[in-house]
Amino acid sequence: MRDSGINVLFLGKNFLRLLEGLGVTLRISLIAVLLSLPLGILLGMFMTLKNPVSKAISRIYLEFIRIMPQLVLLFIAYFGVTRMFGWNLSADVSAVIVFTLWGTAEMGDLVRGALISIPRHQYDSAAALGMTKVQTFIHVVVPQTMRRLIPLTINLTTRMIKTTSLVVLIGMTEVLKVGKQIIDANRFEYPTAALWIYGVIFLLYFLACWPISMLAKKLEKRWR
Amino acid sequence: MGLNFDFIVKYLPWYVDAAILTVRVAFLGILFSLVVGIICSAVQYYHIPVIRTIVSVYIEISRNTPLLVQLFFLYFGLPKIGILLSAETCAVVGLTFLGGSYMSESIRSGLESVEKSQIESAASLGMGKVLTMKEVIFPQALAVSVPGICANVIFLIKETSVVSGIALADLMYVANDLIGLYYETDETLIMLVLFYLIILLPISAFASFIERRLRYAGFGN
Amino acid sequence: MEERIQLKVKGLVKRFGSETVLDGIDLDVHKGEVVVVLGPSGCGKSTLLRCMNGLESLSEGNIFLDGEEVSSSGKKITMLRQKIGMVFQSYDLFPHKNIMDNITLAPVKVQKRPKKDVESQAEKLLKRVGLWEKRKSYPRELSGGQKQRVAIIRALCMNPEVMLFDEVTAALDPEMVREVLDVMLELADGGMTMVIVTHEMQFARAIADRVIFLDGGNIVEDLPPEEFFTAPKTQRAKDFLQTFAYEKRRTDTN
Repeated sequence: MRDSGINVLFLGKNFLRLLEGLGVTLRISLIAVLLSLPLGILLGMFMTLKNPVSKAISRIYLEFIRIMPQLVLLFIAYFGVTRMFGWNLSADVSAVIVFTLWGTAEMGDLVRGALISIPRHQYDSAAALGMTKVQTFIHVVVPQTMRRLIPLTINLTTRMIKTTSLVVLIGMTEVLKVGKQIIDANRFEYPTAALWIYGVIFLLYFLACWPISMLAKKLEKRWR
Repeated sequence: MGLNFDFIVKYLPWYVDAAILTVRVAFLGILFSLVVGIICSAVQYYHIPVIRTIVSVYIEISRNTPLLVQLFFLYFGLPKIGILLSAETCAVVGLTFLGGSYMSESIRSGLESVEKSQIESAASLGMGKVLTMKEVIFPQALAVSVPGICANVIFLIKETSVVSGIALADLMYVANDLIGLYYETDETLIMLVLFYLIILLPISAFASFIERRLRYAGFGN
Repeated sequence: MEERIQLKVKGLVKRFGSETVLDGIDLDVHKGEVVVVLGPSGCGKSTLLRCMNGLESLSEGNIFLDGEEVSSSGKKITMLRQKIGMVFQSYDLFPHKNIMDNITLAPVKVQKRPKKDVESQAEKLLKRVGLWEKRKSYPRELSGGQKQRVAIIRALCMNPEVMLFDEVTAALDPEMVREVLDVMLELADGGMTMVIVTHEMQFARAIADRVIFLDGGNIVEDLPPEEFFTAPKTQRAKDFLQTFAYEKRRTDTN
């Protein structure tokens, strides 16, 4: 029986169901990344302001989001918010909210880092050439921060994909849950199904993340 | 909101036990991650053939898969081929599998930051490979690696939260249990956040202290 | 100067990929001799020095120290390197160790000499170059000229038989060059065998027993300094010296 476990994948629509399960988390990652990008850029710029109040607020937000395990944040959104405000957030809405909040914090920090990495004399020489602040930002600052940011942003996407795997723990039906259903349904015919199903899920995640990581690495090397 | 303090007092011991488990798993995982990281970075730094390729494959796999999926494979998958590990062993193995690659990358970037001329000047003083590593490369690399290693430590402690997925009674597991049993959600979640803060804040503060010291006491040639 | 050959380079060829940097160098350095290697940048003079210290593998040929071969592998090379001191352009003090520890590290750990002995030797040398008060400082607290003097002392405390100097003043501010060159002059007077790569022509003329002019990976001239600077034999050496004479003319007209 040991070598037949792999056949469970080709039974009915099992493999397709796994892919659909993966699609659930990938969709959440994609939405969260797309929302995090503009919000994170705003947050990053907000953090470079010299105002002590804005600094304190963004700092607390950033520190709290980054020090808490994402799963804790997910629990707070899914269980806590429902109770506190009486909103009944579905698991996928909670997930999008939490991962957007998290992604915004991470992105904001990346943007801030890229902005403050531009040396003082770049601003000085732009000013010496008679450029206005806006012109300096558009023609000097943005192009330089972009090169630094794009690889890091792509990396954030893979981190997002990996992190969204957590949604199974707030009861969402995604790839791990689908896998478990398949394993349970075939418990007697295919006792080794768990090995193959979880192995395949492992591989699927790798195939989803690895090309993106490679792209980030490549861009980082080229633009350094 | 009025908090139910009786509830908090009653279930405090659950949290304490869970926190101990979280810390134990994290500590062992981080320790082994460092060992794996040191070995892997050394293999890459010294360009040891064949093993080096294996190490790069490991690093790519480890960095591009979620810990939760790694754990499911270890805990539910491996027993099917006769490898039976306890949930806690799985958690430590999984954390090491994940953390080893992160540690390796941090250590390697430190090793590679030591300039070649430093190594040559040690060689010109008749120092052998081992002595050069111990006296010249390692201390300088450490200064560069430590911030990254600290970040990894915090990251790995946070990652332990997913071990509840394989039914290990950590903080998340206890919180999930209590919410399911009693619906005292506010208290449960506040305790959860507090316990993670108690574990993570001192480490995070220590990490930024170290980082600041390293930055200002930078050697600079 | 004795007649004994201390360092012998025989048929040395060094290639980097398809590029031949050194193309059959033969050179004997006698005990107590000071050889200055000159040549345009990229002529291979630094590579020659690095080969002598086993930092580069040789494509062809051999190098002997006191008749023993210097090969770039094995335990033997670390033994031989203890007899050949080398000082680099970028000083390369160890940034995480203070001045005294920089100096004593190798004699204590490599040569297994008692720390006390090395420290008293270091004390003498540091006092001679006026850096004794800096013994507890870290390299970052020293000027370039001070660091380079420490680097020389660090090499000297291994009690080498030969010292190699690779453009040791090239990274220094002009006003610090002198303090380093003075230390080297003193060393030469003390009878140290030295091979020096430098761009300081005045200094080369003052310190050298012999000038080697390297171009295109070959030794083009091998003359006493007076002769080399006043009557070089080849056109290439004349052209090379001309590039420095140009600077000279400008300072004259000022």
